[in-house]
Amino acid sequence: MPPADLNAYLFIAGVLFVCGVVCMATKRNAVGVLMGVELVLNGANLNFVAFARFTPLGLDGQVISLFVIVLAAAEAAIALAIALNFYNNHLTIDIDRADELKQ
Amino acid sequence: MPSDATQLGQTLSTLLTIAWLLPLAGFAIEIFGGFWGTRQSKAAAYIAVACIGTAFLCSVGALLYWGDQTDWAALQPHHGSGHGEAGQAEGDARAAAEHAAAHPSHAGEEVDVADHAQPVSGAGIPAGAWEHNLANAPEHAAPKSFSGTFYVLAGFGSLRVAIDWYIDSLTLVMFTMVTLVASLIHLFAIGYMSDELTDDHEDHQVQTAHGHLHRPGRFSRFFAFLSLFSFSMLGLVLAGNVFMVFVFWELVGVCSYFLIGFYVERKSASNAANKAFIMNRVGDFGFLIGLMILWTYFGTFQFANRVEDGVVMPGLFDMLRDGDGNMHLSDSGATVLLDDGSDAAAGIHEAPTIPYFLLVAAGLGIFAGCVGKSAQFPLQTWLPDAMEGPTPVSALVHSATMVAAGVYLTGRFYPMFTPEVLLTIAYIGCITLFLAATIAVVATDIKRVLAYSTISQLGYMMLGLGVGGWGAGLFHLITHAFFKSLMFLASGSVIYGCHHVQEMPRMGGLWRKMPITAFTMLVGVIAIAGLAIPGISIFGEKIAFSGYHSKDAIVATAMTFADLNRTHFLLFYAPLIGAGITSFYMFRLWFLTFAGKPRDQHVYDHAHESPRVMTVPLIVLSMFAAFVAVGGEEGKLFLLLTNSEPAGVANGLVASSPSNLALPSHEAVHARHALAGTFALVVAALGALVACVFYGLRLVNPAEVQRQFASLHTFLIEKWWFDELYDMMFVRPVHVVAKWCSACDKYVFDGILHGLAKGTVLVAHWDRMFDEQIVDGLVNWVGRVTYGTGSLLRLLQTGRLRQYVMFIVVGVVGIWVIVQIFAS
Repeated sequence: MPPADLNAYLFIAGVLFVCGVVCMATKRNAVGVLMGVELVLNGANLNFVAFARFTPLGLDGQVISLFVIVLAAAEAAIALAIALNFYNNHLTIDIDRADELKQ
Repeated sequence: MPSDATQLGQTLSTLLTIAWLLPLAGFAIEIFGGFWGTRQSKAAAYIAVACIGTAFLCSVGALLYWGDQTDWAALQPHHGSGHGEAGQAEGDARAAAEHAAAHPSHAGEEVDVADHAQPVSGAGIPAGAWEHNLANAPEHAAPKSFSGTFYVLAGFGSLRVAIDWYIDSLTLVMFTMVTLVASLIHLFAIGYMSDELTDDHEDHQVQTAHGHLHRPGRFSRFFAFLSLFSFSMLGLVLAGNVFMVFVFWELVGVCSYFLIGFYVERKSASNAANKAFIMNRVGDFGFLIGLMILWTYFGTFQFANRVEDGVVMPGLFDMLRDGDGNMHLSDSGATVLLDDGSDAAAGIHEAPTIPYFLLVAAGLGIFAGCVGKSAQFPLQTWLPDAMEGPTPVSALVHSATMVAAGVYLTGRFYPMFTPEVLLTIAYIGCITLFLAATIAVVATDIKRVLAYSTISQLGYMMLGLGVGGWGAGLFHLITHAFFKSLMFLASGSVIYGCHHVQEMPRMGGLWRKMPITAFTMLVGVIAIAGLAIPGISIFGEKIAFSGYHSKDAIVATAMTFADLNRTHFLLFYAPLIGAGITSFYMFRLWFLTFAGKPRDQHVYDHAHESPRVMTVPLIVLSMFAAFVAVGGEEGKLFLLLTNSEPAGVANGLVASSPSNLALPSHEAVHARHALAGTFALVVAALGALVACVFYGLRLVNPAEVQRQFASLHTFLIEKWWFDELYDMMFVRPVHVVAKWCSACDKYVFDGILHGLAKGTVLVAHWDRMFDEQIVDGLVNWVGRVTYGTGSLLRLLQTGRLRQYVMFIVVGVVGIWVIVQIFAS
């Protein structure tokens, strides 16, 4: 088996990304949507790391991916808190029901 | 001789000031009569009578005190104002002395001439002293006039306006006459106005929607205005400068306005009041012009001289005339030199001058005021209408106050009149006396006959003054005041007795019902007609009532004047014929009213003699009407008056440029007196005889004569068409001009304004359309578009997260596709 090249990484990253987007677009559960977001972020992270490995980009890509991880953690913390509060108020976390601002 | 002339003047002024101000105090109280008391109270009348009565006593007191202090020097015949004053230099004096020697009867004058040439004796008043100020009057003689200042209203450098007083024998006589006549009229009015003593007075001459007008009685108001009237007239007589005269002149005018319009609800009365007031304003316009000329050229309004810091400031009279009554013309004759008291000869500055024509204009202007006040042609039409006032008012207006003011001022202002002005005065008087007398012949309203007779008699006075008879004119003023107030009060008594019937054709035979009224009226009629019994005399006096003497004096002066100036012969014939007409219409009035058979049985049955409060004034006045002028021109009244005669009048005037008019001297008048008197008496007797034939004995039917001269009768009934003439000349043109103005206003100015308004509205309309359609449209369109866009975009905002994710995906894919397309 030959060593994996950049395209393989990009392919995996694209699959992850598409999986995440599909998850966000299809899931009605807020936690599921958050999971999709994590997938999208990780797909992007994989791209940065792969470019860092195979192109002259160097450490910049790794640093950015670190930032993205931190950001994802913070985002998850806040989003989960919102989800919790939403549940407290509506006894559900179905995001289709979260349309009060539109009314 | 008074040891102290100043003190005499002070005493006189104090007395006359009391007499002057008392009626004002009365007015101030009475005007509140309706407020302070009941309408039934006669208190106002008692206050008014007390005030004017006291004023009368003060006036008499002043007159007697003055006479006493001057040893009645004024009553000595042929005193200083006699012809002896002609002396202007010693040469003249010598000539006069020779003349006096030639006429021993005039020897007394010689003494006066000598006095003048060398003033050593105190027997006479020095020539030219008629206008002497206290300060420069010689120690040994009483000045003829006294003057002083109550209060200085305003001073502008040497110019000043003040409340002055001026007292001479004319003032004293006028005060006595006015207060006496006014007192009796006040007394009479207590009876005449008694039907006003009610809370509910019914005016039968005013129709309202609910029958006759009912109003509260106005007894107090009537007496308040009477008092104010007396005050105004007395102020006018006392006034020491012509500005103050003007102020009281207007006060008299406004009082007459109040009183003529006393029955204000009657349309005729309010019209008459307006007419009197407006016609007087026409005259006053001239008065104001005269005042302006005087103020500009003389710089003073004062009659008398004034001493300020030891410097004599000459009054109007002394500026214009020297001590002998002469004016000094410049060499060209176009200007008159004035004496302003400074010594022009010393070369300090030039003496002021006034152009001769302006002096004439000033005189005519002042006289125009007198024309209005004294109802002379052409401003005579207000006076008959003034009969709308209550009869006591008519009596007061027509004898002692209003109309007397004009004649009085003409007399007072005499030295300011040039011969041309005097001629104008004479002709105005001549026209007035004739036309008013002719109208009086056909008038049937008893008061209107008297009104026209008043106008006519005022014409006599003006004529007398105008032809140089200063004393004659004012003499007639005083005598006329008595007999005319007597006749007015008598007619008031008739009207009161006949329950306000004024038409003579409905009267007749009334002497049986009201004998006192009838016989006192007869005294007045004889007095005004100027009848006398020739040839017989009692106590050296002719048997004649006052009117005979005064009219005689005027006719004699007019005759002499006409002799001196042949072209002006009318000035003699008109008064002579007028005397006959006067006699005719006055006897006609008496016969129609009191004699014959009753023509209206109803009126006759209800007629009654008036109460004593009304008849007593009649009797008193008839005494005065009969005897006030006893002695004629040698009598006390005439001598008293002529004591104030302006210097130079007695000498007459020799015809000279620029006027070329001669004025008669007293001596010349005296020479013709007997002849003129005979003429006047014959004519008057003829008039009376004709009246007797027509109305007394009924030998000729007046109606027949009337038919024969129908057009003449209509002409006279219509008062020479003067009202119509003025209507045509002034009222109609004013109406036409007013209509033009109104049309101009309506069609041109209003048209322009309306056009402007319409244009503005149109522009505003367009502006509104633009604003609404375009400006608002644009803004609204932006709003609508924005709103629509927003609404559209709103559809995208579904609130579904999963959808948003799909949008992002699709969007990213879309962008990628586009990039791919453009990139390739």
